[in-house]
Amino acid sequence: MTEQTKPRRPRLDLQVLGPIIALAVLIVIGALMNENFLGYGNITNVLSRSAFIGIIAVGMTFVITAGGLDLSVGSMAAFIAGCMILAMNALVPMMGTGWSTIFAGMAIALALGLVAGLANGLLITRARIEAFIVTLGTMGIFRSLVTWLADGGTISLDFTLRGVYRPMYYGGILGVSWPIIVFAVVAIAGEIAMRHTSFGRHCAAIGSNEQVARYSAIPVDRVRAWTYVLLGILVGIATIMYVPRLGSASSSTGVLWELEAIAAVIIGGTMLKGGFGRVWGTVVGVLILGLIDNLLNLTDLVSPYLNGAIQGVIIILAVVLQRQKKAER
Amino acid sequence: MGLDVSGDPVLSLNGVCRDFGQVRVLHSVDFALHAGAVHALIGENGAGKSTCMKILGGYLSASDGAVRHNGQDTVFASAQQAESDGVVMIHQEFNLAEQLSVEQNIFLGRELRKGVFLDHAQMRKQTQDLLDRLETRVDPAARVEDISVSDKQMVEIAKALSRNARVLIMDEPTAVLTNREAAVLFRQIERLRADGVAILYTSHKLDEIARLADMITVLRDGRVVAHGAGAEFDEDRMARDMVGRDLTNLYPDHDGPVGQEPVLEVENLTVPGLVEGLSFNLAPGEVLGFAGLVGSGRTEAMEGLMGLRAATGTIRRNGQPVTIRRMSDATQVGLGYLTEDRKGRGLILSQGMRPNLTLLALRKFVRRLIDRRAEEAALDTAITEFDIRAPHRDVAVGNLSGGNQQKLLLAKTMLNAPEIVIIDEPTRGIDIGTKQQIYAFIRTLAEQGRAVIVISSEMAEVIGLADRVVVMRQGRKAGELTRAEISEDSIVRLAMGLDGKDYAA
Ligand SMILES: Nc1ncnc2c1ncn2[C@@H]1O[C@H](COP(=O)(O)OP(=O)(O)OP(=O)(O)O)[C@@H](O)[C@H]1O
Ligand SMILES: [Mg+2]
Repeated sequence: MTEQTKPRRPRLDLQVLGPIIALAVLIVIGALMNENFLGYGNITNVLSRSAFIGIIAVGMTFVITAGGLDLSVGSMAAFIAGCMILAMNALVPMMGTGWSTIFAGMAIALALGLVAGLANGLLITRARIEAFIVTLGTMGIFRSLVTWLADGGTISLDFTLRGVYRPMYYGGILGVSWPIIVFAVVAIAGEIAMRHTSFGRHCAAIGSNEQVARYSAIPVDRVRAWTYVLLGILVGIATIMYVPRLGSASSSTGVLWELEAIAAVIIGGTMLKGGFGRVWGTVVGVLILGLIDNLLNLTDLVSPYLNGAIQGVIIILAVVLQRQKKAER
Repeated sequence: MGLDVSGDPVLSLNGVCRDFGQVRVLHSVDFALHAGAVHALIGENGAGKSTCMKILGGYLSASDGAVRHNGQDTVFASAQQAESDGVVMIHQEFNLAEQLSVEQNIFLGRELRKGVFLDHAQMRKQTQDLLDRLETRVDPAARVEDISVSDKQMVEIAKALSRNARVLIMDEPTAVLTNREAAVLFRQIERLRADGVAILYTSHKLDEIARLADMITVLRDGRVVAHGAGAEFDEDRMARDMVGRDLTNLYPDHDGPVGQEPVLEVENLTVPGLVEGLSFNLAPGEVLGFAGLVGSGRTEAMEGLMGLRAATGTIRRNGQPVTIRRMSDATQVGLGYLTEDRKGRGLILSQGMRPNLTLLALRKFVRRLIDRRAEEAALDTAITEFDIRAPHRDVAVGNLSGGNQQKLLLAKTMLNAPEIVIIDEPTRGIDIGTKQQIYAFIRTLAEQGRAVIVISSEMAEVIGLADRVVVMRQGRKAGELTRAEISEDSIVRLAMGLDGKDYAA
């Protein structure tokens, strides 16, 4: 796998084009099958729903590029959502049902994301436990904590607050909803960080060969821990956008988000074993997954229950394409 | 020598060309291997030796021309097929499964069976026999990951021997071996030659070629430039044919002034279990050699000094005590370290030259974001200054020849402008022309008033380069030799512990 930036040489590379072509094909198919597909309402709907996974997947791109993995993000989102709602409900008597309570809830969500990410990061780098094991563990922990907090049921946001908070998901500026705006900002910032900052360069170096990174005076553990912290904060942000949608959290919140986020990253061309990451690819991956889901719901060609199967095929195809680049003989 | 090589060749390249993308790296190469003869293929880094060997061994295909096996045009569809036709190759890079045991590696892909079950006893016995033949004391059950680099090479050789090859292709097998291990290998080669095996051999150590080769083919820039019986070549002619010019004065003169005040003082450096109480000084303008047997703790000491290993001791920089806990502390006080393991620790093989070059000194290229233009400019400078020859600018570093990787690694280390440069095995696997360039470069560093430490297992290199030599033995300093005292004999005596004196603090 050669380097990502070629000063010249407009070589048509299947790895670069693959996800884009897949996305284009999906859009064409969608437009042909349903005239509402490209309508404003539907596009906004797809993008807003994809935004949560998208924001998380951008963070996941850095974790995977640095050779790690985080399975805990879905449960973490549920846990943060639960805590955030409980905290805001508790603050209502003191701070009222205005934006100040909501801002306090947001701060709590961000702080929790940071702490949760830091916990993952430190367990992986300091205690030297495999990322897979650590995050499998924290996944179980967060999931069971939120179930316990909800006492097996649902944690609901104060009714008045819900009304105040709702525009955070449904509103926007110039017809673009807030989740889409936040996703776009996160994606652009992520793309810049990956390609044009030392942090991105260091992530790729660590994921390619940790020893080389160490011998190049890169603080390997610190960078690696930062990728998990960053992801945790992004999970916090995603949760902030998610809570106003339903106004509640339960043990089934965020189930399988981790797999969707990882799938989006891989479909986008980031290497699962690390060393090379592409944030824009992840965005394309998120859109592909979102569109498939949407298409199945809009058309009755294939049952929406087969969504998972189709996603699975696409993930496997994406990895096969990645491997096509085996050296010529 | 004086063997009959007039008979029919066993395996030959006939007008073979090879392209990688747009770049042609072999231009109509011809040579032939004969039963019972050692054929040496020599040439500069990047001349195309490994490429020729991989084509013969079925790992690569020829873009044009033919491979002839026992007189017939052959296309080996794969290395497995070549192997089943008796053509076996030992690669320049290790091809071992790190997680498997020595024994499992040797029988990988052709495990012995008794019925449906593996015949462990038989495999164990055969492995032990092979290792005994190679005088290697490595446990057949040891995981490859845990054994030393030279043992890995011996396992590679054992694996090749176990295949009962009729043609054996060896790509720089001695680059990582000690002299003693190399001598064992040579005896095996002579035995195989007597058994009528055709052998293709390459090495940058020309004395080995002079000793082993019945036939020699010299490659330069992918073309055969000289060809003849081994007896027709002495080392000077080999070097001349390889490089295309006369090579005089491999080692530069050293007459620059050496400063009085030390820039670095190391006292009682201890790396638990590996290095004990090492003390030494370093003056500006000086090249300090570190000699000793493989495993005497030289690399570990320097890694300890650089903060790459846990170590204790006192370090003073220009008289001021400094604390070095991690490598960034070391680079901060002007130390630079060039690792001996350029593929495993030095360079990211899957990336291009630009990100590799700037990885260590990346901070210098950040103006809010990474300034790619400045990086490209730095790469331009490095390519000219270090004479890096790459097929094209975006080549993955793993596809550069060994010598050019080394030059890139040197450029990477120097980009950080260290005042004290520690170079571990500067010329491992490097051709003689490039060696001369690297030696000259090291001397220039000293003349600019920097201080250089050179660790080398090649005696001639230490003697030719160093103003002063520290000899290590079993993790301790065995002694120190000044300019006038440096000789092969004095170094060996200290390295082997024949003097009885122990200078360790
Ligand atoms: N897969 C590849 N893609 C592109 N170029 C390659 C590839 N493999 C080798 N090359 C180029 O082909 C040339 C010959 O390489 P080769 O490895 O055969 O050299 P060599 O003579 O074995 O050198 P060394 O002594 O350093 O081992 C080099 O310029 C190298 O960069
Ligand atoms: Mg080679």
